[in-house]
Amino acid sequence: MRYGVPGIVLVAAMALGGCSQGVLDPHGPIASAERQILFNSLGIMLAIVIPTIVATLGVAWWFRSSNRRATYLPEFEYSGRLELLVWSIPAMTVLLVGGVAWVGAHDLDPRKPISPTVKPLAVQVVSLDWKWLFIYPEQGIASVNHLTVPVGTPLSFELTSSSVMNSFFVPQLGGQIYTMSGMATRLQLQADHPGSYPGLSANFSGGGFADMRFKVDAVPAAQFAQWVTAARNSGPALDKATYADLAKPSQAVAPFTYRSVASGLFQQILSSPLPTSLPSAQRDSTSQRAEQ
Amino acid sequence: MNLLGNLDWSAIPFDQPIIMGASGMMVVGIGLVLGWVTLKGWWPYLWREWLTSVDHKRIGVMYCVLALIMLLRGFADAIMMRAQQAVAAGGAQGYLPPEHFNQIFSAHGTIMIFFMAMPFMIGLMNFAVPLQLGIRDVAFPTLNSVSLWLTASGILLTNISLVVGEFAKTGWVAYPPLSELQFSPGVGVDYYLWALQISGLGTLLTGINFVTTILKMRAPGMGYMRMPVFCWTALATNLLIVAAFPVLTATFAMLLLDRYLGFHFFTFEGQGNQMMYVNLFWVWGHPEVYILVLPAFGVFSEVISTFSGKPLFGYRSMVAATMAICVLSFLVWLHHFFTMGAGADVNGFFGVMTMIIAVPTGVKIFNWLFTMWGGRVRFTVPVLWSLGFMVTFVIGGMTGVLLAVPPADFQLHNSLFLVAHFHNVIIGGTVFGAMAGYNYWFPKAFGFTLDERWGKASFWCWLTGFYLAFMPLYVLGLMGMTRRMQHYDDPSWRPWLVLAALGALVIMIGIACQIVQLAVSIRTRDERRDVTGDPWNGRTLEWATASPPPAWNFALLPHVSGMDAFWRWKESARAEQPVAKDGRDYEAIEMPKNSATGFVTAFFAVVTGFALIWHIWWMAALGVFGAFVTILVFAFREHEEVEIPASRIAEIDRAHPAGAVS
Repeated sequence: MRYGVPGIVLVAAMALGGCSQGVLDPHGPIASAERQILFNSLGIMLAIVIPTIVATLGVAWWFRSSNRRATYLPEFEYSGRLELLVWSIPAMTVLLVGGVAWVGAHDLDPRKPISPTVKPLAVQVVSLDWKWLFIYPEQGIASVNHLTVPVGTPLSFELTSSSVMNSFFVPQLGGQIYTMSGMATRLQLQADHPGSYPGLSANFSGGGFADMRFKVDAVPAAQFAQWVTAARNSGPALDKATYADLAKPSQAVAPFTYRSVASGLFQQILSSPLPTSLPSAQRDSTSQRAEQ
Repeated sequence: MNLLGNLDWSAIPFDQPIIMGASGMMVVGIGLVLGWVTLKGWWPYLWREWLTSVDHKRIGVMYCVLALIMLLRGFADAIMMRAQQAVAAGGAQGYLPPEHFNQIFSAHGTIMIFFMAMPFMIGLMNFAVPLQLGIRDVAFPTLNSVSLWLTASGILLTNISLVVGEFAKTGWVAYPPLSELQFSPGVGVDYYLWALQISGLGTLLTGINFVTTILKMRAPGMGYMRMPVFCWTALATNLLIVAAFPVLTATFAMLLLDRYLGFHFFTFEGQGNQMMYVNLFWVWGHPEVYILVLPAFGVFSEVISTFSGKPLFGYRSMVAATMAICVLSFLVWLHHFFTMGAGADVNGFFGVMTMIIAVPTGVKIFNWLFTMWGGRVRFTVPVLWSLGFMVTFVIGGMTGVLLAVPPADFQLHNSLFLVAHFHNVIIGGTVFGAMAGYNYWFPKAFGFTLDERWGKASFWCWLTGFYLAFMPLYVLGLMGMTRRMQHYDDPSWRPWLVLAALGALVIMIGIACQIVQLAVSIRTRDERRDVTGDPWNGRTLEWATASPPPAWNFALLPHVSGMDAFWRWKESARAEQPVAKDGRDYEAIEMPKNSATGFVTAFFAVVTGFALIWHIWWMAALGVFGAFVTILVFAFREHEEVEIPASRIAEIDRAHPAGAVS
């Protein structure tokens, strides 16, 4: 019974999350480890939080003014032993959770490679207004708003933004990371099971933000190879001109692929993220309103 | 050249029925109130007794009135957001286009933090701190009035944006590059920046004023360790204001330079760095949350101690915890963006520092618990709010510590889990504290108590509504829903969002109960008069004078010989014979004169802000010049004080039975 209440809360939370494609339904080592840390920290804290809540209500009720059985101690305002207790309970809790945080921050550093032996699949991610571009540098292809990856292979992401800040987030595979223009961030993820996992931007980026969603399809290696071959044989080529076209603000873009990618495009985006100096009116809804 | 800068008729959104409806209601509402005041001929009274008043009690009341009005405005935004997200599932777009929805959540955050929570806390401090310290006013009374009216200027500018132009569509944090001219070319971000620059100046002046007051102006005998805990939390809060608000002002100044004069502080071009803004914003932003919650902690300390009939347990611990929070709050800002990709050491450090802040906060919870231990707890409305706070805040604190674990934050950052967390601590802490303080000090301010039945109804609606509205958001965050989504495609989110919308409606009933409570209490005020000045059997000095207190607070400055000064007098008065009031030796008191400086300065501040937003340069120059002249006129005033003769003080003091001997 010692773990009764936290257990019930966790099971309830898992039941809620389980059917929801959320962070409580992980399908990769990173997401699983992060969920474990979430549960560990929550468990440690619930062990102190629940008794505190019960004690608060209990003490307040017992010492209600109409209860003549409760002793009135009008001078009770200090007790060295209680003070020690009062400081040490939260301190001990924080010591435990702090340890979880410090170790977790190092174990699950987004830059840390998942496997020392398996070569990861490299993916370069660019957030644009308002869609996602995924470049596969080794395969020489790219896709928009759709990420196809092989199951069981570590994924090594390098991310930046072409304009405003976004956050790349696939809840079931692991935590998010910001995409910022002129800067590259790193993230390592892996899918353990075949399936389709929703991805989204988790940092507000303006008018088309709500549609900055994508699907991650985790498929067996053979199927991934087929997909790469198919992608190489269809779709437009991604070069400076088509990239400039893509970078123009647009919303709810249907997924498509590029059969080839100009070499060094990601580095170019990194050093000059804003290829199209848009006339500001295009983004200015006020002036659009005036035109109407 | 256009005489009105960028301002023309297209600034008014005639084609947007929802905005025009809302602004129409606002304009009609203001018109009705002004018309009523004019009709009744109340202007001279209002001008003489309130608008130009430099009395800290009246200024405090006006802060709270502003905050309550802004609560209604911010809450209207909240209801609209909840309604939008309750319907915009699957392919549906809901009734608010992104253009409008994005303004609403930006305005909601800005208004609730800067114009609701903060003014309410500052209002309570204004009202109670000088009374608790046993003094007659704050250190700089006219400056206090300037602070109030500059805050009102910011509020006015923010609300003008509803009708003329637009508000920011960037979220209340206005991160660049989104808030830079290139991505937000409209006037929305300018409204946001200038409104907060002007009101921020007012807040900074408040900070200076209160730090000075508390450090230099306590009643004779009131050493630091004899101050009520509310004064300690006020001291910590105002130290935070003085240290943190200049950072915000400088950060916004840099963004303004980017937007107005083509600087590159936060742009990508010219080697600017957007993350510098994010760092600086939260260097202010994290102390800000303690600016909001520390005064509330003070209120709970007063309320729980008073209604338990006991001194606060562990006073020294409370003071130490308060000051520890004050310092530590500057060492945690990076936890607002663990997902920036800083290294593991940096994330680990800020995660652990964040948790360390939870220690003094936990200590406070236990100390309130032991204050009730051995007490005789009266379940009045302020006590209900305090108990509601203790339970709710512990949950919010727990989810906060959870978010401070970097790997957990990677999963929960910017999600509705985060939204639920900060509402859990800001509503559960600051708003509940504001309501407790409002019910607790209302009889002191107006001389009659608030209705208990409606007060309790309001509390239960707020509490239920809060849990209904925000617990589903925790679940949604775990389901992967991020914040600020105008629509979403996962239909399984929808039932939870509908539940949250229902919760918001229950809170609305709670707010309605509060309005009824006020109306009922005013109507039955004659039956609920507080003639003793001490309706709760209080412990601190504010209860030692009449309700409402005279302008000079205390006819004779109290001499303090220990903690809970008023309680001590009551104890000793029971043992000995009270000194007859006839025997008192009254002296004439000099009180600061009323001054229109604050009101007029703020008028020019609005003119300047509005002109800068619309690039009407001549008008901006006029506004600055006007404000400068107003300050000059004040600086060269001939009479700064009025003398109240001893006979008048004696007359008023003897008419009130209130007030223990000093």
